[in-house]
Amino acid sequence: MSLLEVEGLRVRLPTLDGLVTVVDDAELGVEQGEVFGVAGESGSGKTMSMLALLGLLPDRAVVEGSARFEGRDLLRLPRRELRALAGREVAMVFQDPTTSLHPMLSIGRQLTEHVRRHLRVGRRAAAARATALLDDVRIPDPESALRAFPHQFSGGMRQRIAIAVALAARPKLLIADEPTTALDVTVQAGILRLLDRLRLEHELSVILITHDLGVMSSIADRISIFYAGRVVESGTRADVLQRPRHPYTRALLDALPHPEGSPDQALVAIEGAPPSPTSIPPGCAFHPRCRYALETCAESVPPLVDRDGRRFACPVDPFARA
Amino acid sequence: MSSNALELEDVVVEYDRRGGGRLRAVAGASLTVPRGRIIGLVGESGCGKSSLGRAAVGLVKPLAGSVRFEGRPVTPLTRRARPAELIRLQLVFQNPYSSLNPRRKVGAQLADALTALELVPRRGRDARVRELLDQVGLSAGAAERFPHEFSGGQRQRIAIARALAAEPSVIVLDEPLASLDASAQAQLANLLVGLSRELGLSLVLISHDLAVVRHVADAVSVMYLGVMVETGATASLWELPLHPYSEALIAAVPRPDGSGFLPEALPGEVPDPARPPAGCRFHPRCPYSFDRCRVDEPPLIPLADGRTAACWLQPSGAAPAPPAERAAQLGSVSHVK
Repeated sequence: MSLLEVEGLRVRLPTLDGLVTVVDDAELGVEQGEVFGVAGESGSGKTMSMLALLGLLPDRAVVEGSARFEGRDLLRLPRRELRALAGREVAMVFQDPTTSLHPMLSIGRQLTEHVRRHLRVGRRAAAARATALLDDVRIPDPESALRAFPHQFSGGMRQRIAIAVALAARPKLLIADEPTTALDVTVQAGILRLLDRLRLEHELSVILITHDLGVMSSIADRISIFYAGRVVESGTRADVLQRPRHPYTRALLDALPHPEGSPDQALVAIEGAPPSPTSIPPGCAFHPRCRYALETCAESVPPLVDRDGRRFACPVDPFARA
Repeated sequence: MSSNALELEDVVVEYDRRGGGRLRAVAGASLTVPRGRIIGLVGESGCGKSSLGRAAVGLVKPLAGSVRFEGRPVTPLTRRARPAELIRLQLVFQNPYSSLNPRRKVGAQLADALTALELVPRRGRDARVRELLDQVGLSAGAAERFPHEFSGGQRQRIAIARALAAEPSVIVLDEPLASLDASAQAQLANLLVGLSRELGLSLVLISHDLAVVRHVADAVSVMYLGVMVETGATASLWELPLHPYSEALIAAVPRPDGSGFLPEALPGEVPDPARPPAGCRFHPRCPYSFDRCRVDEPPLIPLADGRTAACWLQPSGAAPAPPAERAAQLGSVSHVK
């Protein structure tokens, strides 16, 4: 059984013009100890899906579907139970660690508070656990780091600390939303290696949200590609990135610089821009930008279906294997 | 007249630090930008690339060294009008949202630039605004809209259109591609190459992303902690980086090929520029450092094929060879990777 099984997730947010659908019929399944990648451009609904699971959307947002986490449906849990679960069993780290770390409290205070609250241990044990956590995320000299404040660390170190805080209560699932986007590549590589090691050593499951398919390719076991609030393709890392079946996945890959490819190869840009949630094109939302689109693509929303052992939402299927 | 559009020589930039003391952001760096070429200026955050870019256009006054644009010295900005000959040297900032006026229509902002520059007679301004929008791939209708109605990539185009209003020969772009989605990034990267080729424009592309720079720039300069550590044609530098820092930057780039390749992390962090390490500034993070690196700071040494590297492993004039190979020849590797 999957650790987390999301089906038919639909999120509508209140706006001045009424409810706007930002996630529609999304699905994902995360196994224990795996890194599940959620990819897509900004505004594609990646982050909204995750916030919906943790009950972090505004009160008037309408969330439908189911999200079974170890048998419990997160979308139907009473608010108090969900709050207790989020933070303890499911933790989240964000792009900018300064938003989740308190600037005026020492690292030690933030870490031990978290440990004591969730694990119900004494002051001494909490301090020992805090030191061990910092050591685990490779903060040099954890003892003195406990007495320091967030601003005294570099961006990469702050992200490591934010991960340590997230891991404090020994969660089963870590949701990492663009955790390396604000970092230099040299530092990013360190965070990716850290997440990879934590997954192996602690059997931690990770949902990695990123717009960067290079990052995805480094540590994700399976990947879902979001476009305009829907999943357009999902599958194993190798399938999705090496043999994409949806034209959007293919186009995203062609737009990227490939370190192994020829430099003279121009980047193939996708014409136009992703639609905003208030003006999603009819039928397949990608059809106005798709070079393989047929007239029928504008008629109805293509469902995400299984075909030749792959899962994607494109009846045209231009990359079908003969 | 020099064939170089922009020449920076041994530029030093210092800032006052809060709470006293000075911070040397650029510690003697040179950069040559030939006419019509695209030069990538890369390095981690805090390496001084933005400060050097600002010195290049006269936004900060270098403490030492010289900046020459089309053969003339670039004088730092004062409260007085910018000298007419420097108008053809333009800068585009990283975040176009903060450099555009949110309450004025895009067309009006471009027209403002034309008015201030007095390059186009009043009657021709609307036509020129349409032409500028067209050059950056925006429709004429964009003139009637406000900055918030555009995506990040489109706003960056507007900022570039405004720089083009000055009919520049050089544009310095500070991280123009950062914080854009892949499709917008590719569009903008292609646009920059097209503009440079079409208008014979020189571009200085400041970026932390060597993978994108590789597709755009003709030549690359790699900066570390205020100094240049390597320069060369983009393709050859990417193929065979000669400085251990360039090598590390390239090894850290993730590959979107589905192979599960985990990029190499560079140990340690960029040190405080106020207290740079003795000797080679990179030696505490370098896998090949040996005794000399801890004592002597290597100059930028000319090597074969018009390349330069500031590394004691690379003997002057020598044919390019990977740092690991040179280190093995020296037999003095302090700790092998």
